[in-house]
Amino acid sequence: MREITFVDALTEAHHEEMERDERVIVMGEDVELAYVFGVTKGLAEKFGRDRVRDTPISELGIVGAGVGAAMAGYRPIVEIMFMDFIMLAMDPLINQAAKLRYMLGGQLSVPLVVRTPGGGGVQYGPTHSQCLEAWFMQIPGIKVAAPSDPADAKGLMCAAIRDDNPVLMVEHKMLYKMKGPVPEGEHVTPFGQAAVKREGTDITLIGVGYQVHNCLAAADELAKEGVSAEVVDPRTLAPLDTGTLAESVRKTNRCIIVEEGHLRSGVGSEISAAIQEEAFDYLDAPIGRVAALDAPIPFEPRLEDFVLPNTANVVDAAKKALGVSV
Amino acid sequence: MATRAKRRSAKPKRLTKKDLNAMYRNMVRIRRFEEKTDEFFMAGRVKGAVHVSIGQEACSVGVCTALNDEDAILTTHRGHGHSIAKGTRMPEMMAELLGKSTGLCKARGGSMHIADISKGHYGAHSIVGANMPMATGMGLAYQLEGTGRVAVVFFGDGASNQGSFHESMNLCAIWKLPVIFFCENNHYAVSYHVERSTSVKDISVRAQGYNAPGVTVDGMDVVAVYEATAEAVRRAREGGGPSLIEAKTYRFFGHSRGDPQFGPYRTKEEVDEWRKRDPLTIAAKMLKMTEAQKKAHLKAVDDELNGAIDFAEQSPEATLESALEDVYA
Repeated sequence: MREITFVDALTEAHHEEMERDERVIVMGEDVELAYVFGVTKGLAEKFGRDRVRDTPISELGIVGAGVGAAMAGYRPIVEIMFMDFIMLAMDPLINQAAKLRYMLGGQLSVPLVVRTPGGGGVQYGPTHSQCLEAWFMQIPGIKVAAPSDPADAKGLMCAAIRDDNPVLMVEHKMLYKMKGPVPEGEHVTPFGQAAVKREGTDITLIGVGYQVHNCLAAADELAKEGVSAEVVDPRTLAPLDTGTLAESVRKTNRCIIVEEGHLRSGVGSEISAAIQEEAFDYLDAPIGRVAALDAPIPFEPRLEDFVLPNTANVVDAAKKALGVSV
Repeated sequence: MATRAKRRSAKPKRLTKKDLNAMYRNMVRIRRFEEKTDEFFMAGRVKGAVHVSIGQEACSVGVCTALNDEDAILTTHRGHGHSIAKGTRMPEMMAELLGKSTGLCKARGGSMHIADISKGHYGAHSIVGANMPMATGMGLAYQLEGTGRVAVVFFGDGASNQGSFHESMNLCAIWKLPVIFFCENNHYAVSYHVERSTSVKDISVRAQGYNAPGVTVDGMDVVAVYEATAEAVRRAREGGGPSLIEAKTYRFFGHSRGDPQFGPYRTKEEVDEWRKRDPLTIAAKMLKMTEAQKKAHLKAVDDELNGAIDFAEQSPEATLESALEDVYA
């Protein structure tokens, strides 16, 4: 299968869906030149500046305008340059997009996609490095996707655009240049289906977004010591496929959840609760959680590395669950 | 990028006496609906929060008279008047207030979230200022469609201090979107007087900062409101972009619920002074209406209202299961 980068997979999804449906439009800061991370490259030239438009720095205004355009029958994709900036647009996302269909008695739907890069590892400091997925998976009415490889990036992006609900697409910055196999042609990944990224029998490592790669690296390390780790990627956090996650735990009897958001009230808190509800009798050890330490993400590389989760953290947590001395 | 094919005739129509009578009738419909709503609220039959717009009827009716059925409005927590003026179905609206399954929002939205998409009413949005970015997006959609539709967003003096107003005005101006920003300056954001909250005397001057036309009109005069809106609609349909209209008006009732008509933040004298300029009285004078004609309007409106109340009262309660429906499409 051909290999393309995560960013190219996303770009391809945009091109295909915009060709497929002329109601798909794109708005965001510097999207015409795809000037920051490059996802929207080639779109303005191909589809024109009516459908692909730069916006002023007005996150509240442009996400709100996305909601309005969706209410009027379009399928807008709004890019928020860094996930941290989404705080400026929480009102349209949470108070409007997520609630309008319900609040208006089902009279309309809001097929809006908000895409945004999250995560650290690039030394951008506390206000350009956050992973805030956990906030959004708490809210009824909005879906949240967090792909970990190019194939899922394309598949989930296409599914998000076709979805009649508001979707938040979280793209980890460290993934953009990562290459991987992506099927040719139409490729749509349904929401709410976790993927087993590596099969194993002794312990389940559940990774969110980029952290899937720390889980895979940890599985390699553990394999050297004779431990067979299964790596599962929920792919979408809302809806969350707790069935597949619990099924893996029923097989391995041990589980570590790895995310890049903060530990307290994080994605792992929710997944951990779901697993103990569905597979409590199968657990041979407490569920472990690996996450960013409870501090803002510092800029200096050594400090940043210290606060963010890494492969060694995952290996250590797995050994603890396995009762192996670290 | 300006509006393309299928543009409708943009010329504002001249108001006939028949039009004026219809406008008067609509103002009475709003007045009576809200008087009844307030009565039901005080009796504990309408739950939650209720914000009546009594005193501001000329704004609702003047604006909506200048619109076509396909045009959109987005309103606020104080939106009963706009809803009725845009043609929202009164029985289903009353059913919503009484929390019935036949309510426009299936008893999930209540007074602050009335919407009737079939009539171009895209919702009361009760986060102050939240409706302006949405109106911007609807205007963008209408511009892309090229059908000449416009979106009108109602907001108050208080909302003109939200960032959403400024971001939306700028977006609409740079993209020349067919959006009309209609500010009902009723002088109070809850208890906070506009002279204390706002940097300018006339909110309409803020349009200058966005290179858009801004005009202040007498919000108690339904014809003045109509004319200003018709001009803004004409401009919007022709691709001329957004306008800001500020209507100086006044709510005769308190902010909401048990808030008295006068008290800690405004005097009885001030309220009485504004009541002399009741928009219904002004319109009736303009029409040289007799008492008998006024009574005939009132009778017709009360018949309609009673029908709406009957419909609402006879409608079934919303089921508990329905509280979990329509969360996702």
